[in-house]
Amino acid sequence: MSLTELTAAELSAKLRSRDVSAPEIARVHLDRIAERDAEIGAFLSVEPELTLAQAENAQRMLDRGEGGRLTGVPVALKDNLSTVGTPTTCASLILEGYRPPFDATAVALLRAAGAVFVGKTNLDEFAMGTSTENSVFGSTRNPWDLTRSPGGSSGGSAAAVCDHMAPLALGSDTGGSIRQPAALCGIVGFKPTYGRVSRYGLVAFASSLDQIGPLGRNVEDAALLAHAISGHDPTDSTSLPDSQIDLSGLKGGALRGLRLAAPRELFGEACHPGVRECVLSAVDRLRAEGAEVAEISLPSIDYGVTTYYIIAPAEASSNLARFDGLRYGPRLEGEGHVGTVAATRGRLFGHEVKARIMIGTYALSAGYYDAYYVRAQQVRARMTAEFEHAFGEFDVIVSPTSPVVAFPLGELSHDPLALKMLDLCTIPANMGGFPAISLPCGLSEGLPVGLQIVGPIRGDERVLQIAYAVERALAG
Amino acid sequence: MSISLDEVQHVARLARLDLEPEELLAFQAELNALLGHFQDIQALDVSEFEPRPHAVVLHDVFGDDIARPGLDREDALRNAPRTRAGLFLVPTIIED
Repeated sequence: MSLTELTAAELSAKLRSRDVSAPEIARVHLDRIAERDAEIGAFLSVEPELTLAQAENAQRMLDRGEGGRLTGVPVALKDNLSTVGTPTTCASLILEGYRPPFDATAVALLRAAGAVFVGKTNLDEFAMGTSTENSVFGSTRNPWDLTRSPGGSSGGSAAAVCDHMAPLALGSDTGGSIRQPAALCGIVGFKPTYGRVSRYGLVAFASSLDQIGPLGRNVEDAALLAHAISGHDPTDSTSLPDSQIDLSGLKGGALRGLRLAAPRELFGEACHPGVRECVLSAVDRLRAEGAEVAEISLPSIDYGVTTYYIIAPAEASSNLARFDGLRYGPRLEGEGHVGTVAATRGRLFGHEVKARIMIGTYALSAGYYDAYYVRAQQVRARMTAEFEHAFGEFDVIVSPTSPVVAFPLGELSHDPLALKMLDLCTIPANMGGFPAISLPCGLSEGLPVGLQIVGPIRGDERVLQIAYAVERALAG
Repeated sequence: MSISLDEVQHVARLARLDLEPEELLAFQAELNALLGHFQDIQALDVSEFEPRPHAVVLHDVFGDDIARPGLDREDALRNAPRTRAGLFLVPTIIED
């Protein structure tokens, strides 16, 4: 069996028992990328020499008896995470040639832990999308069916993990961008509680919603990576003063007596019947294992997509103002200062990014601010309150992660509203900052379906523990 | 409601986006479609709720006042499209 078949936890065990070396593991994954990625298109940059140097360093750590569970384990990084000295493009022309002078905190933590970076992965430009089709470098293909999208925006990370080019990857999740591609690629994706992972060095899209998180082929692997990147960081003022995500209870959960809530708004018309059936049958199996399941109503969910597509673009229109061609990235000359900035931005941002900047600028402009932005923030408050109320009665909320399975490339790219409606199930966790995970729960039309589990603020450990128990129940 | 081409042009100016005429038309159509759909939130009763700007609201986050090395000049300038004498070179902002 090839080493690329193994999970991060298995690789870690083999490294520590000296059955295999870190450079050997790095090489087989680089070979897998060389062999497969022309077809998949998961990676935007791979620098084998840097990867092997990191692997040799990891092996030295292991030889000295140092390091932890990710020492020597390959990790792919979404290309909106700053990596010192190596290209960080956000899949945009406006960052062509840019090499950050610093590492994102999550990246620095992994580097210090001896993880081995195998490359930077494709995404929708600035993480704005649901299909990885908005990348200026072209779409990533879903390993389950190369004519279909891997989802997005962390589609490159999800496809890389799914296709065994790396056991683990980091993504970022603003409205579902870790969980939805994990669902469409049949892997696990976890968005921690807002603030448990530092956002420092993640190129900002919507700062009140963005969160970095792991993708892996099972819950334990995703949890290992979440543990490694979490913890308080003074360089991010929204970082929670909490300790690292604790994995000591990961395998100690039981389904018996667990109270699960299934909001009817996420099982309704918007949900494809095959997906609904698959998720309901998974929920039935959890019930058979002793979990209590109740149908509930969270009415504000129906307004989530609108709320998100006001708040996220509003924040993006402000965050992306920094891309002006003056301090980094290419500069296109125009008339005077304003003309130069406008020419650079007008030519080098892609269509979807410009569309969101336009929506956000409009929603924040005089005369519309109250009707759109303030109103959306009130809906956000109501949605958060509805979820918090539910968490008073239930342990977690379960639903489909995506209302559809992987869709054909090109099918929805001409229909921005239809594409945005696909974020229905994942948006609330970002609005309220709740921890949320997607794990595979079966197939519909031969393609993977994701089950989403959402918990209360700071319930990361509990969500991971429940997901671990659910994964075992569904496998058994 | 409907957004005119003039308004689209105005928003593009505010956003510092130099757009081609056909792009302006495309964004006019897209903004009208999306903002039309966005009217739905007017239907939900939110009278009891204060606007919530953040997921997890923290107050008064202070850092210790400790001097730390920042980015050095060479690193800060390395990505700049144009520099001169250790500075970013930008188009004239205020004319003589």
